[in-house]
Amino acid sequence: MKKHKDLVLHGNEACAMGALAAGMRFFAGYPITPSTEIAEFLSVELPKVGGTFIQMEDEISSMGAIIGASLAGVKSLTATSGPGFSLMQENLGYASMAEIPCVLVNVMRGGPSTGMPTRPSQGDVMQSRWGTHGPHPIIVLSPQSVLECYTLTIHAFNLAEKYRSPVIMLIDGIVGHMWENIQLPEKIEVIDRPEPTVPPDWYNPYDNLPGGEIVPLVPFGEGYRYHVTGMVHDKSGFPTLVNEEVEQCLDKLIYKIKNNLHDIIRIEEYMLEDADICIVAHGSVARSAREAVNIARSEGLKAGMLRPITLWPFPRFHLENISKRVKLFVVPEMNYGQVYGEVLKSCPKRAVRVTRVDGELITPAQIMEKIEGAAL
Amino acid sequence: MIRTSETMYKYLRPDKEFPHVWCPGCGIGIVMGALVRAIERTGFTKDEIVLVSGIGCSGRMSTYLDFNTLHTTHGRALSFATGIKLANPKLNIIVVMGDGDATAIGGNHLIHSCRRNIDLTALVVNNNIYGMTGGQYSPTTPMEHKASTAQYGSIEKPFDICKLVEACGASFVARSTTYHSKMLDALLSRGIAKKGFSVVEAMSQCPVQYGRRNKKGSPVDMMMWYKDNAISNPAFKKIPPGEIGEQFPVGILVDLDEPDYLERYSQIVKNAGGDRL
Repeated sequence: MKKHKDLVLHGNEACAMGALAAGMRFFAGYPITPSTEIAEFLSVELPKVGGTFIQMEDEISSMGAIIGASLAGVKSLTATSGPGFSLMQENLGYASMAEIPCVLVNVMRGGPSTGMPTRPSQGDVMQSRWGTHGPHPIIVLSPQSVLECYTLTIHAFNLAEKYRSPVIMLIDGIVGHMWENIQLPEKIEVIDRPEPTVPPDWYNPYDNLPGGEIVPLVPFGEGYRYHVTGMVHDKSGFPTLVNEEVEQCLDKLIYKIKNNLHDIIRIEEYMLEDADICIVAHGSVARSAREAVNIARSEGLKAGMLRPITLWPFPRFHLENISKRVKLFVVPEMNYGQVYGEVLKSCPKRAVRVTRVDGELITPAQIMEKIEGAAL
Repeated sequence: MIRTSETMYKYLRPDKEFPHVWCPGCGIGIVMGALVRAIERTGFTKDEIVLVSGIGCSGRMSTYLDFNTLHTTHGRALSFATGIKLANPKLNIIVVMGDGDATAIGGNHLIHSCRRNIDLTALVVNNNIYGMTGGQYSPTTPMEHKASTAQYGSIEKPFDICKLVEACGASFVARSTTYHSKMLDALLSRGIAKKGFSVVEAMSQCPVQYGRRNKKGSPVDMMMWYKDNAISNPAFKKIPPGEIGEQFPVGILVDLDEPDYLERYSQIVKNAGGDRL
């Protein structure tokens, strides 16, 4: 890996470098635009650090392989786009259910189906939350810059290990392919998998510990023989259909995230203190939104921006608080309004959307048009 | 008999999930017994073995045995196993799949595992049917045989699993049946010891979903059919092609010495200046 402090990188490369910095040593993936650079970069870099790179036969097996590698104790990554993300959904649900830490990068392209392979989109916001079947926890992060591709990928691995959950880096094709001059942070926080606190005979990999503490996942082969399944399981990991145990298993999955929203959710507020208008934007669109705020302010309009860095769990409480102060929410997205729906759920106030699905950027002017037309 | 039971008991999880899900007369228990004897023979400890399984009747085997066990999604067992093996090459990984699991929904993973020659042992329990879901036809259901979704008889040409994996480059390919359970455990221990991708096909009777619909008689009758039609590979090769009826070869069908995936990958790591287990 390059050792320079000043680097010109694109988002996908920064994402791969962040993963290496977080200690990721296993990558499995399948070629797909616009995420392929992550695989290409890691195919060169992983052997240098003794890690594993493998190109699998499809996205389904890529997701399976990273779950397997994580169970063997190695931090694991896969990267894909649109159709590949759809194929990964079943095994993504497995990782949620079996509580296997892993990170999945989805560099979004226009859809549905094959859609627009070479044009960006933010069409997978809802798929990243609800793409796999059944109730399940998920953490989804959305970077707006090349630097954030690096830092948030490290954060994604930390969250994955801490909460024993798959974490998705939801990057739009613009951020993934955008080049920026960045300085890597000197210090980063890396969370590694904790050691077990009990001997093998007492180990229950899915125990409900007091205070919601999460049981360390012991790698296969270290003397803690246990069972892992995608079926609803009891605390020892074996399938169960006992009503109370089923409820405990599923409740635990949801509450391990729900009880830690303060730790998981990251947002950025920009000029929101005195704002009447709040733009809610993430990813590349947040960059246009920031500029729109600047333009609005220069015209005497009190605009600000809320940027969900953590898209899921959605920063609902932040929105509810802001909704007490602002008169209008403007939600620009490169889809027909997926975050917009969440904003409506969180705030009974007026909200308007700015949508674009042709694979072009949302411009500050487009957002301004909506703000000016809203006539407060 | 007593010795077998003691061996079996040593590897079972008696306090978990018993009684098992398999129907009376099912062959999967015999296959599981053979697998346990094979592992016992190889001398690996329980901690060194990872048993990965797919979904279906055979998939439940991982629940009952006291190893590091992973019950995966339908058809994907080999991909999970690939991740485990590459992340920790010291582990010995056995992947149990059914015929539908391995050759229909998981067919892609099967052929590519062969091609990569990754050091795993695949045990394919072939009962010619989807048993757990109620007897639908699988890629190994013989032509004209009946299934709940082939009430007029199957019109699809079945796979010969051993020929399939041989063509795809597996290092070790062998076949046995529940009748030849001693041969099965011998083949399995060879497969486990083999470096590279090994496939052992265990032909196993499903009297409830397959046998009943196709008038194959009792479980014992079905096993006797295996006895009558299984022919050792060298003898099978001598039968003129026109005279092969329902007979099929058993024993070791392929045994090659080729570098496995990890050996090749370790060379890449070495060349790149990396360090690896």
